[in-house]
Amino acid sequence: MKNDIDIDITIPSHTRYLRMIGRIGEKVAEELDCPKDTREALSCQLAVVLTEGLVNAIKHASRADPDKEIHIRINVSDKNLVVRIYDNGVGFDLDSIPTPNFSPHGLEEKGRGIFILRSLMDTVKYKRSDGGNVLEMKKKLA
Amino acid sequence: MDIRTEHSEGITVLYIKEDRLDANNSEELKIELRRLFDSGTKDLVIDLKEIHFIDSSGLGVLVSGYKNASTAHGTLKLTDLQSQVKSMFELTRLHRVFEIFTSVDDALQSYR
Repeated sequence: MKNDIDIDITIPSHTRYLRMIGRIGEKVAEELDCPKDTREALSCQLAVVLTEGLVNAIKHASRADPDKEIHIRINVSDKNLVVRIYDNGVGFDLDSIPTPNFSPHGLEEKGRGIFILRSLMDTVKYKRSDGGNVLEMKKKLA
Repeated sequence: MDIRTEHSEGITVLYIKEDRLDANNSEELKIELRRLFDSGTKDLVIDLKEIHFIDSSGLGVLVSGYKNASTAHGTLKLTDLQSQVKSMFELTRLHRVFEIFTSVDDALQSYR
């Protein structure tokens, strides 16, 4: 076993923590035992995935209430990267979110976050968990 | 948000002096872009040289500015995208929407 990392973070539901969480993602990826190119790509991707997932939890699940907490769990093994973001909000239907319109004439300001997560990770699920919700994202590493 | 504004040959140039454009600070840029186009700005260049991280909220604010420019029959061009920013534009196909230049000088040259 070369890579075996499990990190739990709990933060208030506020966008001011985006930078910190993104940095943690970068640092986790930089420590992985894998080829340099893979490590650099994962560093960038993990920062984006954590940021988008956290913003999703803050804006759509916890309604930006800083009194609410968001729990983040990052697990890396030799085979998989798994990110789980837990919120206590009302939740949303992941399947109801459409793919963005890519045409210059149909451009929308919003609606790219979930598309980005689905593009960077192998699976993205959002489901009920212990009275709240969890956004679970997995990526195969080997 | 730290933004420096310059005017050159009738073009407004915004230099974003931040290392991130994300859900925590992008609303300020959105308000500034709307204010500029509402107050008569037609052609705008945004220099992203110092931005090393952008998320979907940051991209959305640039799309909002692009739509403001179109409504005002003006233009919004971008310059100097760093590697993460470039990747995010490509992932979301926005590199096909925006005119993107390697430097502010090149963007200004495109108006001559």
